[in-house]
Amino acid sequence: MKYALLIYSEPNDMDPESPESQETLQAYAEFTASITERGINLGGEALHGIDAATTVRVRSNEMLVTDGPFAETKEQLGGFYLIDVADLDEAIAVAAKLPGSWTGSVEVRPVWQWEDDDAT
Amino acid sequence: MSAAARDVVERVFREEYGRVVATIIRHTGDFELAEDVVQEALAAAVVTWPKRGVPQNPGAWLTTTARRKAIDRKRRDAAYSRKTQELIYLAGLRTHADEIEDVVDETGVEDDLLRLIFTCCHPALALDAQVALTLKTVGGLTTGEIASAFLVAEPTMAQRLVRAKRKIRDAGIPYRIPPESQLPDRLAAVLAVIYLVFNEGYLATSGGQLVRADLCREAIRLGRLLTDLMPDEPDVAGLVALMLLHDARRSSRVRTGELVRLADQDRMLWDRTQIHAAAGLLESALRQRAPGPYQIQAAIAAVHAEAISAAETDWSEIVELYDRLLVYWPSPVVELNRAVAVAEADTVAAGLVALEPLADRLEDYRLFHASRADLLRRAGDAEGAGEAYQKAIELTTSGPERAFLKTRLAEIGHLR
Repeated sequence: MKYALLIYSEPNDMDPESPESQETLQAYAEFTASITERGINLGGEALHGIDAATTVRVRSNEMLVTDGPFAETKEQLGGFYLIDVADLDEAIAVAAKLPGSWTGSVEVRPVWQWEDDDAT
Repeated sequence: MSAAARDVVERVFREEYGRVVATIIRHTGDFELAEDVVQEALAAAVVTWPKRGVPQNPGAWLTTTARRKAIDRKRRDAAYSRKTQELIYLAGLRTHADEIEDVVDETGVEDDLLRLIFTCCHPALALDAQVALTLKTVGGLTTGEIASAFLVAEPTMAQRLVRAKRKIRDAGIPYRIPPESQLPDRLAAVLAVIYLVFNEGYLATSGGQLVRADLCREAIRLGRLLTDLMPDEPDVAGLVALMLLHDARRSSRVRTGELVRLADQDRMLWDRTQIHAAAGLLESALRQRAPGPYQIQAAIAAVHAEAISAAETDWSEIVELYDRLLVYWPSPVVELNRAVAVAEADTVAAGLVALEPLADRLEDYRLFHASRADLLRRAGDAEGAGEAYQKAIELTTSGPERAFLKTRLAEIGHLR
C-alpha cells in the first residue's frame, strides 16, 4: 500500500549553518537513503514555510486567493514522503524513523487507490 | 422451533461467533462481508438445525456455510465488476474453497481469533472504537446491546463501528498477530480494552445502576478466551483473576441504591468459591515468574478478598504491592490508591501527606476528592472534609455514588 508521511513541525528560525541544522539535515539524508535502499521510497519534498503559502478557493465560479495557509496552526506541514509498504504497521515503523517525528509529528495517510490502478 | 433448539443455537452462536468471523475475515479480508455472511449462516442454522439436528461440530458447520455465502457473494459482485484484481483474487478463493468444500480445516482457527482480537485493539483505532469493535466482532454482541451498555444511541454506535471497520480497510491495518517485538505493547492494549469493558460494567461511570453485570461477564469471558489462546502470558491470567476477585464482591457493593465502601461491605455476601478459584488462577500465573501490572493488582484484590474483616486487612502488604505497581504504571491514580493504603497501614495524617502532591494532577478526578474528604473527616477537619465532599459530588455522574457522597456530607454537617 502507498502512504503519504506528512511531516508537521513548529517553524524555527534556526541558522541553516548551525550544527543542529546540519545534524537534522544529516538525519534526513540518512533516512532517505535507508528507505531508498529498501525500495519503498516513491518520492517526497521539503516545503517552504507558510510565509510562502497561498491558499486558493473557488466558490460559485469565483476564485478566492488568500495569503497564508488554509488553517493557522502552531505546527505546519513542512514536507512529505511517499512510501510503498505492506501495511499500516510498516508505515508506522517507517514514520517513527523519520527525524520529524522526534520533534514534531508525522501524519500517516493512506493514498487513495483509484479503481483503474488495479488493472496495472 | 422449540425453545430448547433455540437455546442451543443461541449458545453455540455466542460461543462460536468470534472464531467463525475471524476465519471468514482471513479468507475474505473484509470485516463487513464477514459479519454479514455469518449472520446469514446463523439464519440458516435456525432453519436447518431443529430439523436435522445440531451438527457434531457446529462451529465448522457455521464456518463452511458462511464461507460458501461469502464466495457466492464475491461471485455475484464480480459479475457486475470488471475489476481484474477481483477476478484473480476470486479464482484463488474458489480453488481454496473447493478443496475444503465439506471439511473445514480447524487448525489455525485459534490464530484467526487472536488476529481478530489484535486487529480490533489496534492503537490506530480510537479507544472507544476498539472497545465497541471487540464486543461486536469477538464477543458477538449486537450493536443495540453495545449501545445500551455504553449509554449511547444505537445509530451513534452503528456509525462508530462502521467508521472503525472502514479505517481498518482503508488505512491498511494488518490482520495478524503482532511480531514478538511489538507483542508486549499490543497485548497491553488488548488487556486494557478488556479491563475497560469490565470497569464500565463494574463501576458504571454513569446512569442509575452501579453495576452492569452483563458487561462484567462479557469481559471475564473475553479474558478467559484470551487465557486459552495465550497460556504463556501470565498477565492475561492475572487480569482474569483480578476481574473475578472484583466480581465476587459485586452483590455487596450496593445497598438500597447507595454505594457501600469496601470497609462496610457485608463479607458474607462475597462469593467465596469464585475468590478461591481466582486465587488459584493468580497463584499459577505468579509461578510463571513474569510479573506484570494485572498480576499485582489481582494480588492487591486478593489481600482484600481473603481478609476476614476490614480490620484484619494486611495494609502494609497492600502498600508494598502498590509500590511495585507504580513501576509499571507510574500514574497519579495508582499513587492515590497507595496514599489511601498508607492511611490504613500507617496513620491518617501520613495518608494525607501522601495525597497532597497529587492535588494538581487529580484536580478533576472525583475519587481524589472523595478519598481526601474521607481522610480529612477522620482527621477531625470537618470543614475541609465538607468542601472536598462537595467537590467530589460535583464531579460524580453515577447515581449510587452521589447518594453515598451526599450521605457522608450530611454526616459532616452534624459534626460541624
